[in-house]
Amino acid sequence: MNSAQTRQFLQLYAGSIHAHAQQLTDLDAAIGDADHGSNMERGMTAVLAALPERGTPAELLKSAAMTLISKVGGASGPLYGTAFLRAATSAAGKEDLTPQDVAQALQAGYQGLIERGRAQPGDKTMLDAWEPALHALPQGVAAAAQAARTGAEATRTMLARKGRASYLGERSIGHLDPGSVSSALLFEALAQALEHNT
Amino acid sequence: MKKIMNAAADIVRESCEGFAVAHADLVKLNHDPLFLYRADLATQGERPKVALISGGGSGHEPLHAGYIGRGMLSAACPGEVFTSPVPEQMLGAIKATAGQGGALLVVKNYTGDVMNFELAAELAAAEGLEVQSVVIGDDVAVQDSTWTAGRRGVGGTVLLEKIAGAAAEQGASLAEVKQVAEGVMAGVRSMGLALSGATVPAAGKPNFTLTENEIELGVGIHGEPGRERAQMRVADQLIDALLGPIVADLALKRGEEVIALTNGMGGTPLLELYVAHRHLCRQLEGQGVRVARHLVGNYVTSLDMQGMSVTLLRASSEQLRLWDAPVVTPALRWGL
Repeated sequence: MNSAQTRQFLQLYAGSIHAHAQQLTDLDAAIGDADHGSNMERGMTAVLAALPERGTPAELLKSAAMTLISKVGGASGPLYGTAFLRAATSAAGKEDLTPQDVAQALQAGYQGLIERGRAQPGDKTMLDAWEPALHALPQGVAAAAQAARTGAEATRTMLARKGRASYLGERSIGHLDPGSVSSALLFEALAQALEHNT
Repeated sequence: MKKIMNAAADIVRESCEGFAVAHADLVKLNHDPLFLYRADLATQGERPKVALISGGGSGHEPLHAGYIGRGMLSAACPGEVFTSPVPEQMLGAIKATAGQGGALLVVKNYTGDVMNFELAAELAAAEGLEVQSVVIGDDVAVQDSTWTAGRRGVGGTVLLEKIAGAAAEQGASLAEVKQVAEGVMAGVRSMGLALSGATVPAAGKPNFTLTENEIELGVGIHGEPGRERAQMRVADQLIDALLGPIVADLALKRGEEVIALTNGMGGTPLLELYVAHRHLCRQLEGQGVRVARHLVGNYVTSLDMQGMSVTLLRASSEQLRLWDAPVVTPALRWGL
């Protein structure tokens, strides 16, 4: 994964967030506070605007992280920001990331999510898309994206234990977790960026 | 949706600008990062030893910016509607107002707020600033357990900011102000109900809908669901439904004193809030609990939601003394 692919991944993700903003907000309205789509759209628009002209994959990811932390607010800003920042730290100094480097960067991002959110897989959060995606990653990014989507779908039957949805208790069952859906979009954008240019 | 706004994306900034113009004697606005702070701090020469700083999603006005001023908050950081502010806002506010004794951050217990304030405190500490935080969760509608995000910060936040702000104004140290804040948290409980949902400007439709005969009992200030969707009933019975869980949770006893806040959610007239407060006081006095101080009005709102909440603080004589101390803010003003 080189700089061009990293840039393309961020552009594809921003485009996908834009296309799905209403869907994410509607999902959030059902079990949260109806702002996930608009927050992520504002954040990713700012990420593209602030992205440096040149830079290694790590530098681009770090720029995205700092923008997300400083622009998004809510829980999604610190969470995605922390994930991108940890991924950037893991990938630092490399011009072209091997599949192993990408896997390590994603793993580092996943650890960041666990620490910042104090959540575990099964709590009906982003982790429920990330965990199966990382598990499937050895079969390729396309498989990871598919696993992330399946993982997001599986949050429908889960009981929320973190975030605003947890206030619903049993009533959170039957709804998708919005963060897991935006995470599935992230892995899909990543797969598309990597398939396109390899 | 009909709202008095231009573009949804500009509503917070434009409202802050109007607020700063209206209250130019009390507050100043910093645009980027967005925060409001006490106008007298720059000219005062000497700031209070400890700055009291809060913030949170917009849509709860007058919380928090309405409580900036002498005897209460040093600064407030407004986020987007129902969205936590971001760390650079809190960092800017800390730098603009922190005294020799540092700053205490008042954080309402929501996942996003806690994460963003936590990041801000880490950044401030990295710059050598002394910052402590308190996280308030006073909503008895939420089961407090390690398996949920915990109790939400609601109406009790106003009482905490007033009482801790008085301590800070009187020159207390950071540890002392924090202790006062924790004392309030230990004795304050709230519960709310909704007659309607609230409409977030960017979403364009109510965050939930209730039929003509339904109420959401135990609702949060972002329209989070509460204990149950229940049948509508007359005012006195609505108050009983809110008061019962609060009194039980506080284990209030005969002879104790409370500060009582009957709070509107934004779309409920004062006419109705006083009907509610009447019964609240009668019930408490009937249980031998003296309502030592009263506050009735829209203090922690949820946009245009119709509904109300009740907050009780079991008050010590020291807390009553700090409550009575002078306060000069856009939304609370007494003891001049």
